[in-house]
Amino acid sequence: MKNYKIIVIGAGPAGLAAALQASKDGIDDILVLERDKYMGGILPQCIHNGFGLEYFDQELTGPEYADKFIKDIDKNNIKVLTETMVLNINQDKIITALNKSNGVLKMKANTIILAMGCRERTRENIQIPGDRPAGILSAGTAQRYTNIEGFIPGKEVIILGSGDIGLIMARRMKLEGANVKAVLEIMPFSSGLVRNKVQCLDDFDIPLKLKHTITRIEGKKRLKRVEISKVDKDFNLVEGTQKWIDCDTLLLSVGLIPENELSKAMNLKLHPVTGGVYVNENRETELKGVYACGNVLHVHDLVDWVSEEAEIAGRSAAEYLNGNQEKRNQPIKITPEKNVTYTVPQKIEYKFKDKKFIKIFLRVEKPMENVKIVFSHNEKSILSYDKKIVMPGEMVTVNLPAALIKNDMEEIKLSIVEKVGEKNGRT
Amino acid sequence: MEEHDIICTGCPKGCRVTVTVEKDEITDIKGFECPTGKEYAINEYKNPTRILPTTVRVKEGEFPLVPVKTAKPIPKSLLLEAMKVIAEKEVIAPIKIGDTVIENILDTSVNIVATRNIEKK
Ligand SMILES: Cc1cc2nc3c(=O)[nH]c(=O)nc-3n(C[C@H](O)[C@H](O)[C@H](O)COP(=O)(O)OP(=O)(O)OC[C@H]3O[C@@H](n4cnc5c(N)ncnc54)[C@H](O)[C@@H]3O)c2cc1C
Ligand code: SF4
Repeated sequence: MKNYKIIVIGAGPAGLAAALQASKDGIDDILVLERDKYMGGILPQCIHNGFGLEYFDQELTGPEYADKFIKDIDKNNIKVLTETMVLNINQDKIITALNKSNGVLKMKANTIILAMGCRERTRENIQIPGDRPAGILSAGTAQRYTNIEGFIPGKEVIILGSGDIGLIMARRMKLEGANVKAVLEIMPFSSGLVRNKVQCLDDFDIPLKLKHTITRIEGKKRLKRVEISKVDKDFNLVEGTQKWIDCDTLLLSVGLIPENELSKAMNLKLHPVTGGVYVNENRETELKGVYACGNVLHVHDLVDWVSEEAEIAGRSAAEYLNGNQEKRNQPIKITPEKNVTYTVPQKIEYKFKDKKFIKIFLRVEKPMENVKIVFSHNEKSILSYDKKIVMPGEMVTVNLPAALIKNDMEEIKLSIVEKVGEKNGRT
Repeated sequence: MEEHDIICTGCPKGCRVTVTVEKDEITDIKGFECPTGKEYAINEYKNPTRILPTTVRVKEGEFPLVPVKTAKPIPKSLLLEAMKVIAEKEVIAPIKIGDTVIENILDTSVNIVATRNIEKK
């Protein structure tokens, strides 16, 4: 059986950045496996601009962002097998994959980097009653049809979900000549960027209906109409607000789920909030030498953070292979507290060596203004950052300096508190 | 006197900035919480511009479309018209990222450029 030092699963931005980093760190024997025909993951279909402002300090479209990595992959002679679907990975790091020209492939890796990304929630996941006609598809699928495969899924369009993908597709369908009748959002606020709301909806007078959802679907072969209803703050339907809207296409943009079948096959436990595996600061999973990064670990809103996280995984895999890691006496748990829904990583396990800080990714429960992000140990604040505004749709990143971390620590808690004057120092 | 509400996209706060105009002159700007918002509102009122990302049909390519964008922002009011011009265009593979696909769209002196490499089939 052929053995590789690193096998990366998925050639999206996460997989590519991880492979490149490991290669830069001196690992020469890297294989990337990708089930699609091309590299870049979801990016080649995200033809809109808005990528790269954090990572490249330059505004790029999705395909342009991907190209920067793809070029370097070729330059560094990293081996990529496309149209190769990984079917299974076991705990001994033996990978089974399927490929048109070779049939079933089996190979072994010293380290594995999981970078399978995520998939979209479907109608089944959210359960809308009614008929099952054609014309109902996820916003991402519609994006792929419209931007890569070259056909427009419909003419009279309703979009459910006002996250960025829903907003971007509203504009895209409109530009292609469709009549986008409304974007519905069950929450009282859009989870998308303000910029996308302005440039994708307001620019084209597409109405955004907050606190609205779809309660019924009608159509024999093709979708004919949907019933929309208003919901109250507990998401119960408000009687008497039902209304039918004619349409031939319904795009669902109702959230993403990390694609963790392979992680489950390795018996890795999934986090109830992120839907990804548990990792330490190196993005190493509960299995030594197996790493995870990008959307398979937790859903990122900006690809820039994906690249950064993937580099951590790639660098750590190289350190592991070079025997350049030392465990702490005891791991330090990182626990989300007040208003924080999750953190990545969930623990710190290794000594820092030359690392100056650890970057913590977190998400907040609700929109809040003028807040402090507080790290505390034994109920005492050890560090805090001020922030003008936090939103559930926007991942927050904070640095935890190595100098603050003491050997005897067992747990660090993270919370978000509103600033009430300055007297309220406790968390 | 007329008032224009403009939502600042400078940060997630999304301040609603009100620009008051009298005889085509801005007389008052309210509602911004930082200088970015003021500047943004003035530009948005005077000359709102956008980058236009879309696709162009490709012949003999590995994919039937190549993604493109305006190399610079163009006036917002021209977006739909520009789409009509772009819809007429067809290019032949191979295409390199950055290649000009349409020159000087609608006399804006802005080019439409490819944003992905498309190989020949
Ligand atoms: C529809 C959509 C729109 C988005 N829009 C924006 C935006 O406007 N701006 C922004 O910054 N970010 C945006 N994002 C987010 C950004 O694109 C993602 O954060 C980023 O692509 C995630 O990178 P990734 O490598 O983790 O996953 P992906 O890009 O999803 O890549 C995962 C790769 O793994 C492959 N794979 C999965 N399972 C297997 C298997 N078993 N075997 C082999 N290969 C496998 C997949 O084919 C895919 O190529 C968007 C995301 C989506 C889904
Ligand atoms: S005015 Fe300033 S604070 Fe308000 S949205 Fe714009 S950038 Fe943000």
